[in-house]
Amino acid sequence: MTAGIEPIVGRYLRLALDGRPTRLYFEEAGQGIPLVCLHTAGADGRQFRHLMCDEEITRDFRVIAFDLPWHGKSTPPAGFHVEDYKLTTAAYTQAIRGFCQALDLQRPVVMGCSMGGRIVLHLAAAHGPEFGAVIGLEAADHQQPWYDTAWLNRADVNGGELAAALVSGLVAPQGPDEFRWETLWSYMQSGPGVFQGDLHFYRADSDYRDRVGRIDTQVCPVYLLTGEYDFSCEPADTLRTAERIAGAEAVIMRELGHFPMSENPAQFRRYVLPVLNKIKAKREADAKS
Amino acid sequence: MIERLPELVNGDAALVRRGRLVSLTMLVGVGEQDYYVAVEAGRIAALAHGPLLMRPWRFAVRADAEAWQEHWRPMPRPAFCDLFAFTKFGRGWIEGDLHPFMANLRYFKEALAAPRRLAGAA
Repeated sequence: MTAGIEPIVGRYLRLALDGRPTRLYFEEAGQGIPLVCLHTAGADGRQFRHLMCDEEITRDFRVIAFDLPWHGKSTPPAGFHVEDYKLTTAAYTQAIRGFCQALDLQRPVVMGCSMGGRIVLHLAAAHGPEFGAVIGLEAADHQQPWYDTAWLNRADVNGGELAAALVSGLVAPQGPDEFRWETLWSYMQSGPGVFQGDLHFYRADSDYRDRVGRIDTQVCPVYLLTGEYDFSCEPADTLRTAERIAGAEAVIMRELGHFPMSENPAQFRRYVLPVLNKIKAKREADAKS
Repeated sequence: MIERLPELVNGDAALVRRGRLVSLTMLVGVGEQDYYVAVEAGRIAALAHGPLLMRPWRFAVRADAEAWQEHWRPMPRPAFCDLFAFTKFGRGWIEGDLHPFMANLRYFKEALAAPRRLAGAA
């Protein structure tokens, strides 16, 4: 194998979130329109590494992915060892807005997957003028649970093994084995209770059926992309959500599941490139007007 | 195809190793047909077609026959590629003592998907 250094660069950002010092890890590549990527529950920003190595994307977009506190290489807050982690809409929103403001990103596009796809709907509804557009991957305003999250955090079950085994069924069978297992690896690595804490947000504190109708897509366009194999956020959930948002565009992606950007990068780019091109064209048109 | 489960699982050394701490009997329901699958240290020691009166099991995984057929295709269609999709969509049920099932979830999912390899070979 020939040695080669990827264009991805990683750094740490220090900022206060909810009054607590926080150290966030982020990676980026490219230049141009800021594209902030939000990982799924119980995972980290590595899920977006393929986008960061795609020259067709990084030519026009500065692709940035940060690990939420407690995730990936972001440090958990001091005192974490006596706390139960529970993500909320308020904390998640503060982390994203705080990160974007700290990096002085101008109307960034935010693309999130799963719980990241959920929160972008709230961002568009509550803070639309701050963002250039949102892309929800495997996103809906609400969806039905499919297992009891109490299993995720108990001493007599290996949390990493269980999390990976649970979500393995959400990966479409057509993707390359290499990327299926890399996707699952990040679930195997997550800290104890973190996946469960994220799902507190996903299941108990993010029913957005009451607010997605308020999104003004003239101010903040909304794009929704969902894999046909996703039975967590079902295609029907996404299509129902899109119907409630005037001007939202939704596409169901073939041969993809719940982790499109990491489980099958080649297939995903067929769907995300047209969206990014639309965003770029609108951005250029807005700049001229 | 479920009758071929012992040879499929026992012939997969990595799968047997993954289940090395599993020794129990599970019930697999394929439509109206019940199968008692006895696992010993990851190997399937016996598979018996029910009903068997008074035969205990730790947990049961049931689905309708069509759901299993779809699950065992080389490339299952959406909604049929995972046991939890069965339960979410009302095509399957998982019941009993779920602790060994959840603690060894990858083993049980891969063991119960093993007949997929037969379809691929056909």
